[in-house]
Amino acid sequence: MSSEKIIQHSEAATKFNKDVERVNWHDETLWFVRAKRDKSAHQIADWELLRETASQIKFNVLSNIHDYLVEFEANAQRNGIIVHWAADAKEHNEIVHSIMAKHDVKQMVKSKSMLTEECHLNDYLAEKGIEVIDSDLGEYIVQLRKEPPSHIVLPAIHLKKEDVSETFHEHLGTEKGNFNPQYLTESARHSLRNTFLTRKVALTGVNFAVAETGEFVVCTNEGNADMGAHLADVHIACMGFEKLIPKREHLGVFLRLLARSATGQPITTFSSHFKKPRDGKEMHIVIVDNGRSTQLGREDFRNSLKCIRCGACMNTCPVYRRSGGHSYHNAVAGPIGSILAPNLDMSKNADLPFASTLCGSCTNVCPVKIDIHDQLYKWRQVLVKEGHTPTAKTVAMKTMATVLANPTVFNIAGKSGRFVMKNIPGMVSNKMNKWYDQREMPDVPEQSFREWYKKNSRESKEKGNE
Amino acid sequence: MSSKGEILKRIKANQPELVSELPDLNLLGSEQFDVLETYKTVLKGIGGDPVEVANYDEIINYIKSNYNLEKRLITTLPELSEIASLDWKAVDPHSLQDVELTVVKAHFGVAENSGLWVTDDILGQRVAPFIAQYLAIIVHKKDLIPTMQQAYQRIGNMEYGFGTFIAGPSKTADIEQSLVLGAHGARGLIVFLLD
Ligand code: SF4
Repeated sequence: MSSEKIIQHSEAATKFNKDVERVNWHDETLWFVRAKRDKSAHQIADWELLRETASQIKFNVLSNIHDYLVEFEANAQRNGIIVHWAADAKEHNEIVHSIMAKHDVKQMVKSKSMLTEECHLNDYLAEKGIEVIDSDLGEYIVQLRKEPPSHIVLPAIHLKKEDVSETFHEHLGTEKGNFNPQYLTESARHSLRNTFLTRKVALTGVNFAVAETGEFVVCTNEGNADMGAHLADVHIACMGFEKLIPKREHLGVFLRLLARSATGQPITTFSSHFKKPRDGKEMHIVIVDNGRSTQLGREDFRNSLKCIRCGACMNTCPVYRRSGGHSYHNAVAGPIGSILAPNLDMSKNADLPFASTLCGSCTNVCPVKIDIHDQLYKWRQVLVKEGHTPTAKTVAMKTMATVLANPTVFNIAGKSGRFVMKNIPGMVSNKMNKWYDQREMPDVPEQSFREWYKKNSRESKEKGNE
Repeated sequence: MSSKGEILKRIKANQPELVSELPDLNLLGSEQFDVLETYKTVLKGIGGDPVEVANYDEIINYIKSNYNLEKRLITTLPELSEIASLDWKAVDPHSLQDVELTVVKAHFGVAENSGLWVTDDILGQRVAPFIAQYLAIIVHKKDLIPTMQQAYQRIGNMEYGFGTFIAGPSKTADIEQSLVLGAHGARGLIVFLLD
């Protein structure tokens, strides 16, 4: 693993929080998407049954993934698709490069794939002299700005139209100061159309791969995956092995859940099923492990492999909304990213499971019913045990552990805490107390709950005896 | 050992005990609603235009009065040869870049999301519905079904090289969540609902 210094989530979030107006805007924008999800979900009478069904299908997949993969490969090959296997990010990148090299092609058009972000494919290909253009509008914007996406579904959600306007003015020569999204989108449309028409190799992600038929499904609103794939001679599709589902009919369940959970749309504009290459053209699938088989073996965390990457858990997360995707320093941000990242590298990502209030909102919206907040809690315990906690939190947690383990100390701590907050507020609301950052502290209660309970239970007992 | 062997070996060792049961999908898709009305409402909601027509003549008239016939119009339907070219299925797909309107027929439509199921045998070329500036899709009213549950029952073991659900025109909301129609694909979608 690289030894580059990672800025911890809390530190990055602190920076993000400096621009209060932008943070509020970011928060509200994502909440707006979350609200659309609710409205859309409530319109489906079967919603809860759908979630339960999806969850059960994924359980079945995880417990039988070996056989499903074998079945998928055989069927895909029968369809004329060339199947590759990559143990890690490096091998994935090498495979993609070897296909490019075989065709002697130096340019690629890519549609959104978080897996290639996870593997840092663009950087790898750039080193080999290959130019990659990301064609999803959000990805295209962040690519021009040399930033990673900050959200798995809405890659440029952290940017305002003024930012996009500046970027396009610089790179596409659009009118300075023209912030009109329609105008900006139109400019990108023209530029990217030329890309689609001239690329011989197109790479796409995979939303679902069907064992029974050997086909795979790619969902987009813009149609960029289709424009790329149907105009190129070679289509490379990259997937983590957990994208597999048993049968074609199961797509009915997942396609009903995916877009509604993601953006509140009833379905994405295009849900494209690729089963065979066009006559005389090539289709490749790269099946990637990159730590997934390890996660499969971690009983407490294997459920995270059920994720269909809808992004609902991010949109609803109070921490994500107020800290921004980039603060998670991982291809997948937010609650689910914080479960996946420590699996890849515990020491590098030890801070992420702590970037949560454990409020459970993520778990409530997850369309495949992953116990997200429970897993975050479990990761904390694993990380503390392995000695990986972020320093600021270690001190607090060690103190916490002592306090919680001893009722007398807990009692005194509570009493003195209330005394301190009331009489010397500066002692709590200082820089040492991470909880106080960005928060107004509540008024201090006169009594603790314990004191209240003791008194009231005595009173009610006395009443009962009368 | 090859990566394939390695990966499969690790998976086999790490996968949990077999949960053999797959859930019963027949419990789903029992929602009751007016299929045609829902179809139209959902389509409008995502930026498409439903147009009810009695026959192909009405479709021809509609296209004549709403699109520039001087531009390149293509179709796979012989019924529309008067207004659109039929002779493009074997050309280089890149040469379709100047198409103004593509008109194709869908196998069926789904009311809950207004998606239309099309496959390469009725598309002429896979890129045809994506590369045109505008798209029109014809579907028989009797071929509208309630939910995706029925959709996959209907698709069953259908053979295709490529198939897609198309729901509305190409769109994006990547710039500050403002909805813009016509990202890379069609800027507009007309759905002719045929009696
Ligand atoms: S964990 Fe659940 S809510 Fe989050 S992205 Fe994955 S499927 Fe969506």
